[in-house]
Amino acid sequence: MNHAYLILTVLAYSFSLAMYLGFLNTGKNLTGRAATLFLGLGIVAHYFALLERSRGLHTVPYHDLYGSLSLFGWLLALTYLVLELIHQQRSVGPFVLSIVLTVFLASHLAPPDRLSPTPAHGPVFALHVTLSILAYAAFALSFVLSLIYLGEERLLRNRQMGNVVWRLPPLDLLERMSRSSVLIGLFAIAVGTALGFIWVDRLHGQFWYYDPKYVITLLVLLLYAVYFIVARTAAWRGARASKFCVFNFVIVILSFTVVNLYFSQSHRYF
Amino acid sequence: MEIVLVGLNHRTAPLEVRERVSFTNEQARRAADELRSRGLLEETLVLSTCNRSEVYGVPPEAMHESAPGLSSFLSEFHSVQHDLLSVSLYHHYDQQAVRHLFRVAAGIDAMVLGEAEILGQVRDAYKFAHEQRATGPVLNRLFQGALEVGKRVRSETELGARPMSVASAGLKLAERIFGKLKERSALVLGAGAMSELVVSQLRDRGIAHLAVMNRSVERAAALAKEFGGTMVPWGNWDDALLTPDVVVTSVAAEDPVLLRSDLERVMSARGNRALFLMDLGVPRNIEAAASEIYNVYAYNLDDLSDIVQQNRSARESEIPKAELIIDEHVGKFLSWQASVELIGFVAALRQRVQQERSDFLRERLASMRHLSDEDRDHLESMVGDLLEKLLIEPAQQLRGERELRRKIQNVEALRDLFLPGDDKS
Repeated sequence: MNHAYLILTVLAYSFSLAMYLGFLNTGKNLTGRAATLFLGLGIVAHYFALLERSRGLHTVPYHDLYGSLSLFGWLLALTYLVLELIHQQRSVGPFVLSIVLTVFLASHLAPPDRLSPTPAHGPVFALHVTLSILAYAAFALSFVLSLIYLGEERLLRNRQMGNVVWRLPPLDLLERMSRSSVLIGLFAIAVGTALGFIWVDRLHGQFWYYDPKYVITLLVLLLYAVYFIVARTAAWRGARASKFCVFNFVIVILSFTVVNLYFSQSHRYF
Repeated sequence: MEIVLVGLNHRTAPLEVRERVSFTNEQARRAADELRSRGLLEETLVLSTCNRSEVYGVPPEAMHESAPGLSSFLSEFHSVQHDLLSVSLYHHYDQQAVRHLFRVAAGIDAMVLGEAEILGQVRDAYKFAHEQRATGPVLNRLFQGALEVGKRVRSETELGARPMSVASAGLKLAERIFGKLKERSALVLGAGAMSELVVSQLRDRGIAHLAVMNRSVERAAALAKEFGGTMVPWGNWDDALLTPDVVVTSVAAEDPVLLRSDLERVMSARGNRALFLMDLGVPRNIEAAASEIYNVYAYNLDDLSDIVQQNRSARESEIPKAELIIDEHVGKFLSWQASVELIGFVAALRQRVQQERSDFLRERLASMRHLSDEDRDHLESMVGDLLEKLLIEPAQQLRGERELRRKIQNVEALRDLFLPGDDKS
């Protein structure tokens, strides 16, 4: 494995995080642009790190917990960068980069997998997994945005106007960014799940057999679809929608951890 | 090449005096012409804003003689008794004058700490004086430095970052909820001076729809017309509050005009779209319990004053950073000033030495008749080379080494020592 890409990734993400924090503290545009630049570099280096690993192991980069977490971090960073460029809003960067960096570092501390891997091959399977992890990344982003919304809303109501509050995105924008992120996640999980059924059908000759992962994934899809619909309705718009989004992500974490590790037979790491 | 500053500001003079000593552009031009034609100043710049009137200049004579003359001139020019004016005037020379201007440009000396307008006013005053050819190399360099200081303080510190008036603090808060107000609509209740100020700020922020409501229909219509808004009839809350995102109230009323029950009804009709309420009335125009309604963000005068106070403290904490930038630029300016003066001094010294050399050789060689013409030329050349060597090396060092120029703080002393009786100009 080429450690140069790993080191480069950690360095680029770390610099990016430092710059984002500097931007949140000082509001200097130059610092903000440097943060975005380092994030871009980190994403490129991270991509090559994943590629190197795949080549080294002769398998997909999500073959084990390391690969799965690392791909999740990469897609989270990429999704955030796209949203940042669309909405021209950098104040969320420190929160997202903290998660990206933590996930990337944690993926290296993950224990080696002793179980036989899933017979992972073929483009349908690859897309199924990649889109599923993209959905988790997008949902994670909407979770962060919702938490910021709730925190900022509370500070505004309590008249606690510190330095940071003046630089956080407006509540309306946070709401829109969160919905955009959920929309990406919904699309990815819908297509990814459908591809999963197709792949299982090819493998076993039937598209459905009981796996708790199926149930919880469909539940996640349903919950986020409901969130997307009700977030702009009279009863839910504002803080209630953000709380709903936070709740949904708790279910995603359950799916990603408890269900994967203890209940599912075929979904250990994604 | 001294710099002198004479002026007054909001700290030293009451409004009545500031009003009498302020300059229009035409007066500034005339004052600059007169100051130069009377020989009081060689370069002149008048900076006149609501809170200050200052004359910057480069006098032709020794510095301590110029300030009293400028004070008398200001008294005469504005027909204000000298005794009345002199208690309000301050004067600074050289380093103090430079530092004062840089602090003004940075917004540290402003009535509202860190205000942005002053930098534009300094820029305009400099541009005007430059176009009138009233400035020269010293004031050009000084004011270019001041503009650079202003820009750096603005971009590198938080001195001007947060709103300092209740109206602007309120609208900034609204932007925390909605973002830019360009696609938003606002309703202003009341048509007094405070309402006018808020309406003006809403227009500056490009508010898309603006409505004014007042008990006196004529005043509401006049205010709406002046700022391109619409007038809505008083009291029809269900219709009036259906669309606006921002509602500002500044109405003279003993009891609240907007009640929680009204707002709850309206919020239901609005589909719970966020509503920002800014209550600038005393007594309050909005029932206190309104802030408990879901998606209603209500702030009264005390809330906004507290935020302004927090902002003031935050701005004050940025002063040391701004002072560091000012120190750096004062140092740069003084170094430049010293280099110009030193280079002039060295040139004058060379001229004097050449003159002395010619006189000396003519006098001594007159008695050495045994020397041939060739020997005389050779001797003259040797003495010339020696003197050039003694002077050229220090001159080159002065040009190249900023630290050396900084150490030589008093060029006047060098002049007095080496060029006694020499007219520096």
